[in-house]
Amino acid sequence: MIPGGGSLTRYASPAAFYPLAGRLIPWFAVPAAVLGAVGLYMGLVAAPTDFRQGDAYRIMFIHVPAAWMSMWLYVVMAIYAGLGLVVKTRLSSMMAAAIAPSGALFTFIALWTGSFWGRPMWGTWWVWDARLTSELVLLFLYLGVIALAAAIDDPRRADRASGLLALVGVVNVPIIYFSVQWWNTLHQGASIKMTAAPTMGAIMFWSILVMTVAFWLLSFVTAFLRVRCIILERERHAEWAQKVVDNRA
Amino acid sequence: MAGTPYAVACLMRRDLTLAVRRRTDVLTTLFFFVIVVSLFPLGVGPDMEMLRTMGPGVVWVAALLASMLSLGRMFAADHADGTLEQMLVAPYPLALLVLGKVGAHWLAAGLPLVLMAPFLGLQYGLAAGALKVLVVSLLLGTPCLSLLGAIGAALTLGVRGGGVLVALLVLPLYVPVLIFGAGAVESYSSGLGAEGHLSLLAAFLVLAVAFTPWATAAALRIALD
Repeated sequence: MIPGGGSLTRYASPAAFYPLAGRLIPWFAVPAAVLGAVGLYMGLVAAPTDFRQGDAYRIMFIHVPAAWMSMWLYVVMAIYAGLGLVVKTRLSSMMAAAIAPSGALFTFIALWTGSFWGRPMWGTWWVWDARLTSELVLLFLYLGVIALAAAIDDPRRADRASGLLALVGVVNVPIIYFSVQWWNTLHQGASIKMTAAPTMGAIMFWSILVMTVAFWLLSFVTAFLRVRCIILERERHAEWAQKVVDNRA
Repeated sequence: MAGTPYAVACLMRRDLTLAVRRRTDVLTTLFFFVIVVSLFPLGVGPDMEMLRTMGPGVVWVAALLASMLSLGRMFAADHADGTLEQMLVAPYPLALLVLGKVGAHWLAAGLPLVLMAPFLGLQYGLAAGALKVLVVSLLLGTPCLSLLGAIGAALTLGVRGGGVLVALLVLPLYVPVLIFGAGAVESYSSGLGAEGHLSLLAAFLVLAVAFTPWATAAALRIALD
């Protein structure tokens, strides 16, 4: 029995969202896998060897989408956290908690693959320039949000405290994005702008775009999977939740 | 004699009186600062040229760590004896009361660091001009650290994990202040002038004074609900 009215807002209830998320997962997972395969083929096989960087540049097709996702997911998490604080819907805070680990992992992947790109290109695994430092700070912010939520036992207080922390930290995301404009950095500037044509070859641009969409769809899948676990955990005393667990067992 | 300014002044006076009576808290923070700054030359060697380059950064990081250690004191005692709850239900804006508390905390914990810094800078062979810039950068930066740290202190009130958790939460927020604070001295020493960095620090301070008390008040309400 689905609580709430007949409109879409009934999915704000965890009990209604749980089955919906379960039904949606395959619709995101299959395109994510397909696009990921296509994007990897385009990037690793179809795109030509770069004139200056050789074949090592191909890590860009993982690095750039991961970095974009790390920033985007933080913003989405902050929006959900804000909704949870202001409108006080439980599901918003659960979604924020579900997104945080994915965002942290994308940030780590961006830093890690960036290191592997930097070693052949710049001769160093790491450099303390503005973009790398602010991306590292983004990782610390994600970990802080996760740690704070984990340290507080009362789920309502945990949601609101980590939500406030996420909102305070969202200031960092524009800093990362604009860091290559504001500072003289070793990290290259934006090749893909909203206001001009991309300054890279077309196949490379489209490969990055395809991989970005694949990562974006993947983040839906992981968020839905995680939020279903969180919902079951928090609502475990409700009758519908116990029915779900009984049906599984 | 009702009125918010009087209430804030009373709160600051109370906090400062308590700080004076519990001098050990203030002095241990100061001595931690001194000890950490003194440890670095022992670790990296006494080469004066290298120390002169490292000096501002080391002093700044030590100030950061000392400031972070003192954060636990900001709200914990009041939370334990119920005064914090009275502040929450008082007919004065909580953000301004928080501003008063943070101000008193800075006077007791941050200002001593600023006053101690010139002597520690001498240990690193910094010239007089660089020392001046160091003091000004700390004078602008340590209130920012107190204001930002108050958010962390309020979020972790009564939470297990204590001081280390506050560190994890608050250090990423401290990073811009550290970069521009230490950068101001380095910029001065390399002849480019410190005005840019110090202006940005002052801008951070203004933004912090304007926005962080509100965030800290929200965090206090979350913690005490």
